[in-house]
Amino acid sequence: MIDNLAVTGRWGIEQLRQIGKAGIMLGRVLFYPPQVRKGFPLLIQQVYSEGVLSLIIIIVSSLFIGMVLALQGYHTLAKFGASQELGPLVALSIVRELGPVVTAILFAGRAGSAVTAEIGLMKATEQLSSMEMMAVDPIRRVISPRFWGGCISMPLLTIIFNATAIYGAYLVGVKWLGVDAGIFWSNMQSSVEFHADVVNGILKSVVFGIAVTWIAVFQGYTAEPTSAGIANATTRTVVYGSLAVLGLDFVLTAMMIGDW
Amino acid sequence: MPIPDNLVEISNMSFLHENGKTVFQDVDMVIPRGKITAIMGPSGTGKTTLLRIIGGQLSPSAGKVMVEGQPIHALSHQKLYELRKRMGMLFQQGGLFTHLNVYENVAFPLREHTELSESMIRTLVLMKLQMVGLRGAIGLMPNELSGGMARRVALARAIALDPQLIMYDEPFTGQDPISMGVLVKLVKTLNTSLNLTTIIVSHDVEETMQIADYVYVIVDKKVVGHGTPESIYRDSSKDLQQFIQGLPDGPVPFHYPAKSLAHDFLQGVNA
Repeated sequence: MIDNLAVTGRWGIEQLRQIGKAGIMLGRVLFYPPQVRKGFPLLIQQVYSEGVLSLIIIIVSSLFIGMVLALQGYHTLAKFGASQELGPLVALSIVRELGPVVTAILFAGRAGSAVTAEIGLMKATEQLSSMEMMAVDPIRRVISPRFWGGCISMPLLTIIFNATAIYGAYLVGVKWLGVDAGIFWSNMQSSVEFHADVVNGILKSVVFGIAVTWIAVFQGYTAEPTSAGIANATTRTVVYGSLAVLGLDFVLTAMMIGDW
Repeated sequence: MPIPDNLVEISNMSFLHENGKTVFQDVDMVIPRGKITAIMGPSGTGKTTLLRIIGGQLSPSAGKVMVEGQPIHALSHQKLYELRKRMGMLFQQGGLFTHLNVYENVAFPLREHTELSESMIRTLVLMKLQMVGLRGAIGLMPNELSGGMARRVALARAIALDPQLIMYDEPFTGQDPISMGVLVKLVKTLNTSLNLTTIIVSHDVEETMQIADYVYVIVDKKVVGHGTPESIYRDSSKDLQQFIQGLPDGPVPFHYPAKSLAHDFLQGVNA
């Protein structure tokens, strides 16, 4: 009994230590004065590798998600004679929820895991240590650009996800199932509010971007420098990242729902 | 023998690993300026940890580590990084940046810490690569280099900013005889031509003794002997002789601590 308590206590203290370490790391990333001349090219490079290289998976997934949503929505709405409401149904689901959430989960799987593995491998091959010994701070040179690159990429990817998913729904709803294009777009326009729906959705994606990239860089930076350690860290990034996104989504929705 | 001008002074230093294991217990050591000092000892005695303590990457649990007269573990982040600009370290695996080619790797510290023009950086990189004999490999990527070449490139990078102190972590491990000879010669040449203070951590007795001016031997958390290579060879203490002669059993036991043979063999698999 006492042993079990001790084990639980040790586990709890270890978890708190990890949270503390992650907080200190985030603090160092946020409060360092930016180096514009040296930092900007690194940031652009990271926006490319985390954002641009995630475009394929985001575009293909969003297209299919929009198409499936339209297909399912149309059949349910048609039962009540409300198929002209397909546009608002699809747009609201995507802009408010599916866009930010699915983008963030895909981002954790595609870019988050890559960031963790890259930083973990740099640690295992003594690249981070040698950088430190060359008086170059790895937090500034390696962690910071990856963190900000992810934070910038996520909202942009979400906007692209939203647009492509709605286009996918348009293809199925209007071109295939025969919903009138004018009704589809005009109902959508009258039901979707820019601030309450679109901006709040983007706001969510900003929070998810911070959470997922923070988890990814922290897991990489604290990964055990072995092959198994890096594999575990990569898995943790995807699992913790996805869970954080879903948990935060509930909290943010609860906070925003007052506006709707 | 008192040594007048020491770049690094370690006094009463103890280090406790995160897992609770004591790595060093009351270690005293001085690294004289301009000389090659070797720190030797069996694998797992924390020689690399010692280099990391001198470089300020780890803090001792007790005692003092003074580098250039400053307590390195008590320096602010900024002062520590200023001091590190005057240090170079060659890691066991080289630590080359895998996404940069040889030229960019060597140019990295110059780009980070100086405002030199591109043509000046190119000249300096070529000079450093010429010193290690790899000017021709300027365009290669780290994965195209052999282990010995990678270490030489890392060495060129470590001396790019003309440091005062250079630390080598097991520079000769896993090298073929030719690469080993090249590295031994390079360490010696760099020390004399650039007037560097050199610390070599190694367990390759013969190669290290050839070039070292002063040797410390660490066994089981403590310095068990120090002196010139000749005096180390002559020392009759068991700790030193086991290490120098490579004897399988002695103060450092062949067997890892275990229960008795009878206990392990006669008990069931579940016991």
